[in-house]
Parts: sequence; structure tokens; C-alpha cells
Amino acid sequence: MSSYMKGPPYLAAIMELARANRDVVVVSQDFSAGLFGETYPERHFDVGISEQNLIGVAAGLAHTGKLTFVLGMAPFVSMRGFEQIRDDCAYNRNSVKIIALFTGLEAGPWGVTHHALEDIALLRSIPGMTIIVPADSAETNEAVLAAAAIDGPVYIRVAGFAADMSPIEGRPPLCAGKATLMRDGGDLTFIATGTTVRTVLEVARALASDGISARVLNVHTVKPIDHAAIVSAAAATSLVMTVEEHSVVGGLGGAVAEIMAEAGTGKLRRIGVQDRFCTEIAPYQQLLEGAGLDPSSVETAAREFIASSRN
Amino acid sequence: MTELTKADASVRDLELRAAALRRHIVSIAAAQRCHLGGSMSCADIMAALFFRFLRFEPDGRAYDHFLLSKGHSVHIFHACMVELEHIAASELPFTGGVGSRLGGHPTFRAPGVEFATGSLGHALSAAVGMAMGEALDHSDKRTVVVLGDGELQEGSVWEAAMCAPRFGLENLLAIIDANEFQASGETASLMPVEPIADKWRAFRWNVLEIDGHDMAAVVGALDSLPAASGPTAIVAHTVKGKGVPGIEGTSRAHYLKLTPAEADATLTALEMHR
Repeated sequence: MSSYMKGPPYLAAIMELARANRDVVVVSQDFSAGLFGETYPERHFDVGISEQNLIGVAAGLAHTGKLTFVLGMAPFVSMRGFEQIRDDCAYNRNSVKIIALFTGLEAGPWGVTHHALEDIALLRSIPGMTIIVPADSAETNEAVLAAAAIDGPVYIRVAGFAADMSPIEGRPPLCAGKATLMRDGGDLTFIATGTTVRTVLEVARALASDGISARVLNVHTVKPIDHAAIVSAAAATSLVMTVEEHSVVGGLGGAVAEIMAEAGTGKLRRIGVQDRFCTEIAPYQQLLEGAGLDPSSVETAAREFIASSRN
Repeated sequence: MTELTKADASVRDLELRAAALRRHIVSIAAAQRCHLGGSMSCADIMAALFFRFLRFEPDGRAYDHFLLSKGHSVHIFHACMVELEHIAASELPFTGGVGSRLGGHPTFRAPGVEFATGSLGHALSAAVGMAMGEALDHSDKRTVVVLGDGELQEGSVWEAAMCAPRFGLENLLAIIDANEFQASGETASLMPVEPIADKWRAFRWNVLEIDGHDMAAVVGALDSLPAASGPTAIVAHTVKGKGVPGIEGTSRAHYLKLTPAEADATLTALEMHR
């Protein structure tokens, strides 16, 4: 956690961009821009606790040609700033790059107000939006660099406040818009994004010891989603299980359900927060367990899914 | 810097221009229901902005930034574009129709729109960002936002108002078209926003308070800019539907279609400004 606050990977990427481009600016809401703010104080604008203004100001800066990054907390930026993201960024064609922190259940015992479980669903409904959910620190860095090159607003959902974001061994580099095949398999496909990529890889390894071969797709770019990778996985393994640290309504599971239903292929099970508020007071890990998002719960759900499909 | 065009129109020229803008609004309101009141109330301000204060590139593109935060008053913006010869006057009566470039709020289909608005309370924050960006570039571009007084009920306006002076932004101008009415009635009785000028002063803006129909006062306020430090708010006291006999200063002015008799009476009244 401490390294996250001191030198998080998204800041390293912003610094890399800023060294080459004097138009890089950061707008934050009562939030340090770390080394960027120290190095380029005139290019860091902290607008205080005001999410609507945060996004509007960022849109204005982007309008004048600035490569504008927003640092904010995922629940507040995505929900309170929603209309500004829709109108001032997407509709007005201002390519703001939003780095949304404190994602999913990371805020833990801070409670429901601080959980970000609807952000993907909300922002996925905005035309022209790109949503990237990195799975580890290096992919976070890659996502920020990729976002800088995307013509349009980008929402990067950056975990790390509580979640383990250490590098995932063997993860291929991020290619925005193209799902990463993390592991091949023929019995079941796990489709995950962000923190749950690590989870399903662990589950896939456990299942392999029982001779169950699970494919793992890292859908880091939830929008625009890699339609072809999902259809071909559904065709190949028939069984598809989405796993996300988000509500099952409208997020990754919703997106995959739409694709599979229209393609008329495969059978889907959505793992995530089941359309409820996580009102339990507990640290992050225990909230994940309560939501069935820990490796053991996901493994159990996967085994049940496979068993029920054989009947 | 490239040579910019800037009309050094006199007060008299601007009064004539404002009358021309109002005639364009009549041509829309005679054909259909429209947001007449808020368009008429800021006609004098808009004439002074577009024919004296704002600067344009030689090819006619805007040099300074202009944002119409009270987007439903788009008709007055379209009227300015007619006067700048970017829109044909004949297009105005077909506003909102199939195939028209002119909608009920500023959109990118219409010429000259820099920032699309509609939902109230958005443009001041965006303007703050634009002013920040121009200041970073040491540019002399101005950023001008026109807001309504009813719009001041939006909390986001005050987030932006609090933010701007923190970053200096002498290049930022907010004009509040205080016509005292909103969609369903008088602002003072529905949800009072006064004292408007005191509020902006309390938010550390330079505040000028004028009669928004006194062209000499409008020009005087604009000519006094920029202030020595910080952004400026001009609180322009106006009359909703200004220039429409029998309707101006009433709740009916907000959104209506003029009868042929009302349209004629308005044009006759505007004749005095020929």
C-alpha cells in the first residue's frame, strides 16, 4: 500500500509522457500528483473536493490541446462526474484521461459509499468512451501510455490501494482493445478484468490439477470490447464464466452476456457482486470473500458450473 | 500572432446590431415555440461580445473562447452567426426541423459552436479549464461564458466559481444574464439566487454590476477588462423577453410561439432601432 501512495505506476507513466510532452497536465481532487506535482507544479491543478468541476475543468484543458489526466476516486468521479464525462468529455470530444483509484471493493470498511461497483456499467453506456482495467502494475503503466495515444476520453480503473498489483508472470503486453489470452484451455473460459485476472489464473491452475483445462481471457479493455475473442472463446469452450470486482449488472458480465446472447453461442455464468450493496464491515479481502470473489469461492463456482452443465 | 479581426463597433452600432439580433429571434418565434425570453434578454450582451469584445481569425473562426452555458438561449447565438454570415437568415425559422443545422441547444452541427451545452451548470468549469490552458501557453485568448441566473441554482456553478480565483485566470469572464425568470416562474419566488453580485464577490471574483440593456454600460464593463488579478463576473440585470411588447418581463416570455400580431408588434417596436 505504501509504495502505491508514494510512487504508483500510473504516475511513472505520466512522468514518462511529461518528460517528452510539455502539454501533459494533471487535474486532481484533493489528491497528490506525487512526483509530477513536485516536478511540474504549474501543470498540476488540484481543484479540491468537486468532482463535477474536476471533470469539467479537465475537459476545458483538453479542449486547449493539453494531454489531460484526471486523478480521482473511482466511485465519486464516475458517479458524480458522470454527466460531465458524458457531455463535456465524450460528446464534446475532449480526450480526457481519467485515472480512477480506489476501485471495486478496495475501500473496504470505509463502506458502500466508497465502493466502486457501478462505474464500468455507467461509463460503458457512453458513446466513444474507452474503459481499461489493468490487472497488474506493469499493465497499469501500459494502460496509461496507451490511453495517451487514444483519440477520445479514457477511463482507467486502477486498483492497488488494497489489491495485489504485483506483476503477473508471463502477462503479454497490453494491446488496447484486444483481449489478452493469458492461458489456453478447452473446458471453460474465464473472462476477467483488473484484479480478477490474477484470481482466475490461480483458479485455472487449481482446476488443471484435476484435469480441467480452463482458458483465461484478460479483457483489460472493457470498452471497446474484443467481440471476436469472446465469441471464439464461447464457441471453443462453450462454458464462459465472467469474474469481475464490480456489480454483475452492466459491467464485464453484462457486456459478455450481450455478445454471447446475440451470437447465440455458449453458456454464461456471471461472478461478481450480485446486485447488492456490500454493507458488511470488513477489510478488503474479507469483503471479496463475502462477494464470492476470492479464488476459493470462484473455484467452487466454476466446478458447480461445469458439473451443472454436464447434467 | 496573426492579425485578428475585431470590430470596433460604437455603442450606436451595437444597439443597431442588437435590434437585428432580436429581429432574427422574432423570425424563429413566429414560426414555432422557442426559448425566446432568455435569447432576447441577452441580445445586447451578445451584440457587444460578438461585435466588439471577441476576436476572430482572418478566416472567420473564433480566436477567443465563447461558451453559452445557458444553452437553451441558443437562438441568440444562431442570430449572431447570421449577422457574422455563417448562417443564412432563411434557416432560422426551420430551427429544430428535420435536416436543420440549428437545434434547441448549441451543437456541433451549427457553425461556430465551440462547446456544446444544454444541461445547465457545465460550461463554467470547462471555461476554467480553457482559461488554465491558455494561461499555461501564455496566450492572450479570452474565455467568455454566459450563464443564466436560474442556472445559478446548479451546485456545479459554485464549484467552478470557487475554483477559478484559486488559479488567477484574469483571462476568464463570466456574464450572468440576470433576467429574473426561469422555466416555471420568477426566480425570486421559486428558488431565490439573489444577492447574485455579493455571492460572486464572496467567491473572490471581480464583480461588475450593470444594466444589461444599457449598451454604453455593457461596453464600459467589457472595455475595463481584464482586472488586475483574478476572473471577472459581470452581473447584467436584464428583462426576460426584452423587446417583445406585452410579453417582456412576464413568465410567458420563457418559451413560446409569437402570434402574427405579437411578431408584428415586436418588429414595429424594433423599427425604432433602424
